[in-house]
Amino acid sequence: MSASLARADAGGGAAIRFAGVHKWYGSFHVLRNINLTVGAGERIVVCGPSGSGKSTLIRCVNRLEKHQRGSVVVDGVELTDDIKRIDEVRREVGMVFQNFNLFPHLTILENCTLAPIWVRKMPRRDAEELARKLLSRVRILDQAHKYPGQLSGGQQQRAAIARALCMSPKIMLFDEPTSSLDPEMVKEVLDTMTELAQEGMTMIVVTHEMGFARQVADRVVFMDMGEIVEVNAPSPFFDHPRHERTKLFLSQILH
Amino acid sequence: MDSLAYVREAPEAEDAAPMLSSGVLAWARANLFSSIGSSLVTIGCIALIAYWLPQLVAWATTRAIWSATNGALCRQHQDGACWAFVIAKWDYLRFGSYPVAERWRVDLVEAVGALLIGWLLWTNAPRRAWGALLFFIAYPILALVLLRGSSLLGLPIVDTLLWGGIFVSLLTAVVGIVFSLPLGVLLALGRRSPLPVVRMASVLFIEFVRGVPFITILFMANNLAPLFLPEAWAPDRLLRPLAGIVIFSAAYMAEEIRGGLQSLGKGQYEGALALGLNYPLMTALVILPQALTLVIPGIVNNFIGLFMDTTLVSVVGITDFLQAMNNAIKDPIWAGPTIMVTGYVFAGIFYFCFCFGMARYSAHVERILAKGRK
Repeated sequence: MSASLARADAGGGAAIRFAGVHKWYGSFHVLRNINLTVGAGERIVVCGPSGSGKSTLIRCVNRLEKHQRGSVVVDGVELTDDIKRIDEVRREVGMVFQNFNLFPHLTILENCTLAPIWVRKMPRRDAEELARKLLSRVRILDQAHKYPGQLSGGQQQRAAIARALCMSPKIMLFDEPTSSLDPEMVKEVLDTMTELAQEGMTMIVVTHEMGFARQVADRVVFMDMGEIVEVNAPSPFFDHPRHERTKLFLSQILH
Repeated sequence: MDSLAYVREAPEAEDAAPMLSSGVLAWARANLFSSIGSSLVTIGCIALIAYWLPQLVAWATTRAIWSATNGALCRQHQDGACWAFVIAKWDYLRFGSYPVAERWRVDLVEAVGALLIGWLLWTNAPRRAWGALLFFIAYPILALVLLRGSSLLGLPIVDTLLWGGIFVSLLTAVVGIVFSLPLGVLLALGRRSPLPVVRMASVLFIEFVRGVPFITILFMANNLAPLFLPEAWAPDRLLRPLAGIVIFSAAYMAEEIRGGLQSLGKGQYEGALALGLNYPLMTALVILPQALTLVIPGIVNNFIGLFMDTTLVSVVGITDFLQAMNNAIKDPIWAGPTIMVTGYVFAGIFYFCFCFGMARYSAHVERILAKGRK
């Protein structure tokens, strides 16, 4: 297959394409033959029991984890050991972590402008203007000059979302964004994510928030023991799960 | 009658904290006289201070000899310090055997250096980036040209053989500090590098240098290095111990900094990588600022140790301040029972002032950095 064909094959509306992806941690087979195509503008929610490989799956998208077999193509770029391609992908893919991973030595504003200034080579004024715009969109503009440690968990997570958006990513990855928040702060973060979804952002969200999945997702992916067990639109997924393991999982979390 | 259910009807008023826990008397009672034993220790310490302190002050001031041209007066008054000796030897203690006519050059280098360091250390100073540029690029060239001399500018060459005293001590310390910190950072990063060759080289360097006493390093730098280099490259006799001190200090610095690097969570690396920062940007903008801040106390501890270790360069024939003091004490004109004590007390005060200054400054920086961040 020629290079241009490979590119065309990877494109064609697909933002992310996993083909036959395997990964091992030592001898532990954590991802098993993952095949999944995420279309541009599509919202995917990944759920499954802990240790099922959900986080590992989305961390393969920006190469925080390296897969050992198969191919991962993101926005037309296949991920290999080539550091240039990895950087290219990371510039276009934003990520929000369970523990926020804000930089504690920088103010919220500086957290947001760091990558645009140093990676996108944006002039400082423009980067700050962009950051203010996005901080006001996630409703924490008044916290811009505080340090992460002075904010509540929900505010920090919204700041982290704004920081990722400052790179104007085409794809956003969310790795259990509400799992380490106090219950009263979950909603403000989910609302922010819902707004983002409504604007047409391509998103993969690993979460246990089934209400969010039902409301926002185009498709729900259920993983267990490193493999994709079931993929379906939210209503049939929750109302008529087909695989036994999906039924068991849903019965455990939806009391 | 109490029931198990309860609902509040009026809010509880906010009240001031009890006053018993503050004030000088409360502090003294809690910390100095909390028990009979503690009271006895406190009183004992106060008594000792009251007995010793006036004598010490009198020895250093009222009973001391402040001016004399030789040791005769000091030999008569043995119950006080002989500051006249330090005053008479002051030029030698500062410059060693540097030619008298050229000593203005040392003064100039010291003054400019003090100015630039002040600029850099003053945390709110304007344009510190310019100060850093001047200090790290322009100043070393200026210092080298002025101290060593340059036939182009009509400044007579002064061989390093003649350099000595306080200015050599300060020079050694500043060169050691300025070079060992970046080298230590590189070694610490190297030790955590995923590239096996870089990692092995760093580990070997650090473990070798840490496993050898400083004096051995000095002798090796002094005697072995010239054997391995072509004669034309043979480094200057002052440069060799300087290199030794940098190498020695860098190894300890690297371990200190590695501690800081290890205390950062994986999340900081992942947060930076996910934003598209490459390794150099991530290290410079996210990792090092945090890691270095965490280990400021350890780094300053190393600086203080390095400043003390500069006194050891005398074993390879460099006349640092302490060696100059040793030489001065041996002067037969001043021979007397109070000379040695006076000389070493003065040297002690000198080293203490610098080290205490460094310690206080680092505490100040830590307070500034801690502000806002939690």
